[in-house]
Amino acid sequence: MINEFIQFSLTPILIGILAGISCAVPGNFLILKRQALIGDAISHVVLPGIVVAFIFTGVISTMPMLLGAAGAALVAVILIEIIKRLGKIEPGAAMGVVFTGMFALGVLILEQTDTSKVHLDVEHALMGNLESLIWLKAQGWQSLFDLDVLKTLPDELFRIIFVCGFILSLTVIFWRWLKIVTFDEEYARTIGIHSSIINFSLVIITAIAAVAAFESVGSIIVIAMFICPPAAARLMTNKLGIQVIWSIVFAILAAIFGYIIAGYGPLWFGSENSVSAAGMIAVVSGIILLLTCMYGPCRESVGQKKD
Amino acid sequence: MINTTNTSEITPSKPALKIQGLTVSYGDKTAIFSVDANFPTASMSAIIGPNGAGKSTLLKAVIGVQPILAGQVHIFDNPVKNNLQKIAYVPQRVSVDWDFPTNVIDVVQMGLYRQVGLLGRMKGEQTSIAMDCLDRVGMADMWQQQIGQLSGGQQQRVFLARALAQDAEIYLLDEPFSGVDAATERAIIDVLKSLKSKNKSIIAVHHDLATVRDYFDYVLMINIKNIAEGLIDETFTNENLQSTYGGKLELTHAEELSAPKDRPTK
Repeated sequence: MINEFIQFSLTPILIGILAGISCAVPGNFLILKRQALIGDAISHVVLPGIVVAFIFTGVISTMPMLLGAAGAALVAVILIEIIKRLGKIEPGAAMGVVFTGMFALGVLILEQTDTSKVHLDVEHALMGNLESLIWLKAQGWQSLFDLDVLKTLPDELFRIIFVCGFILSLTVIFWRWLKIVTFDEEYARTIGIHSSIINFSLVIITAIAAVAAFESVGSIIVIAMFICPPAAARLMTNKLGIQVIWSIVFAILAAIFGYIIAGYGPLWFGSENSVSAAGMIAVVSGIILLLTCMYGPCRESVGQKKD
Repeated sequence: MINTTNTSEITPSKPALKIQGLTVSYGDKTAIFSVDANFPTASMSAIIGPNGAGKSTLLKAVIGVQPILAGQVHIFDNPVKNNLQKIAYVPQRVSVDWDFPTNVIDVVQMGLYRQVGLLGRMKGEQTSIAMDCLDRVGMADMWQQQIGQLSGGQQQRVFLARALAQDAEIYLLDEPFSGVDAATERAIIDVLKSLKSKNKSIIAVHHDLATVRDYFDYVLMINIKNIAEGLIDETFTNENLQSTYGGKLELTHAEELSAPKDRPTK
């Protein structure tokens, strides 16, 4: 039982947790800036970039995927500008067309690639691949202390540890700047803080989180990881620092319960197949948000003017 | 354009803020065109003009938030660029989202970020500075309050306290009395007058023409371009008000505003 858990569930849950944290932390600042959908837009736009990078390199590796994603984001910005100028339509519509168009293009390119020998296909790109990130060599708890066996852990785990650590350290180091730029951007500039660099970095961090989480939860569901934990966290507290900590707690809870319910839940009801772990993680995130909407201690102060 | 120099209390020899040929545009639309101004040191100056005249834009251009097309800005005869720490800016209250998860003392401490740096610790000293600034605006007892629960007037006082924490030489305020209660207006004007008595310079975008004479010593009247600038008594005239506001101001109203009042200003 324990052995099976470590082989099949431990690494996916860890990866789910770390991906969730990587998305939830920048998500806090996005929702406070009322730019939550930037996470959505980025996760859509980067898909063709990731796919093209994958076709060129033939492997799933973070650096080429990030470069591809950055290239795709650049193309998106240029396309939006062109459509706005030539089409004379409102910016929102131009963005909507470009995001969905590029996402669809990514799906089409992916369909044309030879998926027989590689482990990236449309379903995984959209829904994630958490269940396959297993650790077969593990033999019980002692494997956690066995270097040779530890080396056989999925590469995805090491990548997401690195990304999550990177995002958390940047957040801690630049905490004050992030906070003031999020609250009052103009004022931040008058006290010598480069707001535009902070804003740009936040978008880059969001893209890194989206690319890193892409492997585990796919590019559709990742938006739930950006929005649900921080939005639920906002309803738990009126202090930014505590909000970020709550968002991490909710991301962890969603990953653990989402994975376990997806893997074992259907069995409890007599079904033989498990359901998508990424999908269930998003559903659990949504349920957490619903519960905080109903019972969160600070829900009254949000969106209501008091005089 | 009227430019008055020479008075006993104000020393415009070295203006606190000197603006030359400042031009800003939003896309094709010119927001302000070649505006000049010399705001004197240790006085209270108002920037007045109709909606869309470029008053807030002028402030934002001075502090570098709004890119400028042409023109120069000097603070005590030095370029503004390396002297921003001498300016404390109080943005319009409605420019931020007051649902932000933070409390009153935390917002005031933002005024000390430049002083403590990115990673420096907020020590007891900084907390007592912030508390002292809150006390000056009459908000000390609300220091732990969540900012979303403040009234408009209280929000404005918190913003003023944050600027006080910067201990600057020049205070730029964007419509500080807009949408605040009478008690707050009184409290803010008292704080500004005490700043002036300590030789600080106050420059505020103001839109209540009825109080210009009571509150300010100096006025810049703009409507995209300069209309007039100088001491209130000589500049805040019927004629200048008419040219600033065009036909938007009733003639009788303008005469009433520009007539010097007999009652002493507090």
